[in-house]
Amino acid sequence: MNTDIYKESPVVHTAAFIDGHSVEIPILKILQQDGTVYDGAELPEINQEHAVKMYQALAFHRVLDERMIAAQRQGRISFYMAALGEEAASVGGAAGLEPQDMIMAQYREQGALIYRGFSLENFMNQMFSNEKDLGKGRQMPIHYGSNELNYMTISSPLGTQIPQAAGYAYGQRLQGQPAVTMCYFGEGAASEGDFHAGLNMAAVHQCPTIFFCRNNGYAISTPSEEQYVGNGIASRGVGYGIKTIRIDGNDILAVLKAVQLARAYALEENKPVIIEAMSYRLGAHSTSDDPTGYRTKEEEAKWHAHDPISRMKSWMLAQGWWSEEQETALFEKLREEILAAVKVAEKIDKPPVEDLVSDVYDQVPQHLQKQLDDLKLHIKKYPEAYPFTAGRIK
Amino acid sequence: MAQMNLLQAINNALDIAMAENDSAVCFGEDVGHFGGVFRATSGLQEKYGKTRCFNTPLVEQGIIGFANGLAAQGSTPIAEIQFADYIFPAFDQIVNESAKFRYRSGNEFNVGKLTIRTPYGGGIAGGLYHSQSPEAYFAHTPGLKIVVPRNPYQAKGLLLASIRDDNPVVFFEPKRLYRASVGEVPTEDYQLPIGKAEVVQQGSDITLLAWGAQMEIIEKAAEMAKKDGISCEIIDLRTILPWDVETVASSVMKTGRLLISQEAPLTAGFASEIAATIQSECFLHLESPIARVCGLDTPYPLALEKEHAADHLKVYEAIKNSVNY
Repeated sequence: MNTDIYKESPVVHTAAFIDGHSVEIPILKILQQDGTVYDGAELPEINQEHAVKMYQALAFHRVLDERMIAAQRQGRISFYMAALGEEAASVGGAAGLEPQDMIMAQYREQGALIYRGFSLENFMNQMFSNEKDLGKGRQMPIHYGSNELNYMTISSPLGTQIPQAAGYAYGQRLQGQPAVTMCYFGEGAASEGDFHAGLNMAAVHQCPTIFFCRNNGYAISTPSEEQYVGNGIASRGVGYGIKTIRIDGNDILAVLKAVQLARAYALEENKPVIIEAMSYRLGAHSTSDDPTGYRTKEEEAKWHAHDPISRMKSWMLAQGWWSEEQETALFEKLREEILAAVKVAEKIDKPPVEDLVSDVYDQVPQHLQKQLDDLKLHIKKYPEAYPFTAGRIK
Repeated sequence: MAQMNLLQAINNALDIAMAENDSAVCFGEDVGHFGGVFRATSGLQEKYGKTRCFNTPLVEQGIIGFANGLAAQGSTPIAEIQFADYIFPAFDQIVNESAKFRYRSGNEFNVGKLTIRTPYGGGIAGGLYHSQSPEAYFAHTPGLKIVVPRNPYQAKGLLLASIRDDNPVVFFEPKRLYRASVGEVPTEDYQLPIGKAEVVQQGSDITLLAWGAQMEIIEKAAEMAKKDGISCEIIDLRTILPWDVETVASSVMKTGRLLISQEAPLTAGFASEIAATIQSECFLHLESPIARVCGLDTPYPLALEKEHAADHLKVYEAIKNSVNY
């Protein structure tokens, strides 16, 4: 029995309520929008090579998002989700980890995958759901995953990765691996039951998990003030007995600093950490919605002024680690490469019909094999109705 | 060989699985020092330590979410849901996550090492929430395997096979038989096949099919029918998903009649799926309509549980109706 509460609580004889705001939660800021560092701010561990890699990932991210939104509007892909204005959370987060750390993301963290080196071809093959897609063309665009890069395949249901991240990290700890699990989610997903389940499990079972909340103000059209009334997501961390920090999510140095500290703590203490990164989703939720229906241009404009990429660029220029010439060359190169990759990926065949039944189990069971055999006969009978597979059935 | 009840057989299987595999971990509500409310995990924490056999907070979706992550990482989680009636908070983690983990990732990741153990079924005065048989909900989910043992020998062999199978398995334990069913069980390691039904008794007039605790009900009804000169072939399905169509179909082609009995309510139960498939496979061999003897389409009651249940007398009547059709 946990008797500490009885021992540690001061005793009063007059009834008084407390609330979430009784706990003051500061917000860590290191980098100002003009690229200068706040007086007295403690920098993360970072050198030029590391910084350039991060900045290149941010640039790749932004160009990829621009080009793929355009590709969706042209009808070349069915769906896309951009992360405009929030790129620092995913890129800075991955930059604070080691390659052996597992990343279990929600869906708007392609920046972490870019930082880890997922190839442009892999991005394209997934979005065009062609036969070279690692996911075999089964999931909607942006549901990436890579075993090689320790990036768990994205699942659409919100928050399911949160208790899984506790379990994954428990296994890492059990086997003595020098690794942690990083779990991303949004402030909307934090309303799911799996959030409570996962955080409590991680705290009780001492899992080296970093729970990274991107509080971007919106869950599709629902603003955060209609999602919760407490002191953000961070205040909940305190309730679960988990070390918690709130940071400026558009400040990539604050993100990097928080993740570096969280990783060291999680690994040394075998305990979880919560990071709440305050940001703003500048773009739509996905290509299927239009934010003009639920928020004002003025509100968006205010946040355009907090762009995390121009903030990092200003710092890089001031450090002498980056130049306008490099900037122009990089963006031009990325636009050309991505456009070319779109043209290649869209011409690659869809997956073979056998991929419909593989991976349901480790082996195709008898009943499923029979269903496939029947399907093939049917496709042969009506080949014009099934153009992706008809020509390739033996 | 040793005399064991069904709980002891399960405990013995868990002990073997944990001894051979350092990454095998047992957890759930009260499974730690206490050994589970039914004592299925008794002694395992003392033997393997608190990191490998432990209590979890009261959160079924958390237990299965945690287990999914642990399995994806490469460990062997054996998660317990204290009663199958309480598995529904974890339904999303099982149906949308465990079952689809391999498929959705193109086999980049899988949770094949996951086993979920859960006591199911009625007849113990458990009322609505300690009696349900929810196997059909899960049978509608490609990617899962569903196994139900009928006695201690089956329980040990099938549980070891489930733990070692490279797919997520939901293992439903007939809790009415936990202590009531006692039999000879080899003390050494052995496995029984998943996906294979077993012909328990040969017969010629009608095939009786069930699984889990319902097996002893149909066996009792077959004894009564025998006195009327009716020869029953008895099959234990053992695995609900993927189920053994071949064994059932070849039996029905021989006997020409099929009766399926389940504890769960009639409508959309797994018996319905079997009836549809066998009707299609054996249409020209059938001498009478396929009979389903099931629980009533009500929530599981308390005071009137005998009336609600698909007991041996209801099965016996249905056998006679089928044979005299």
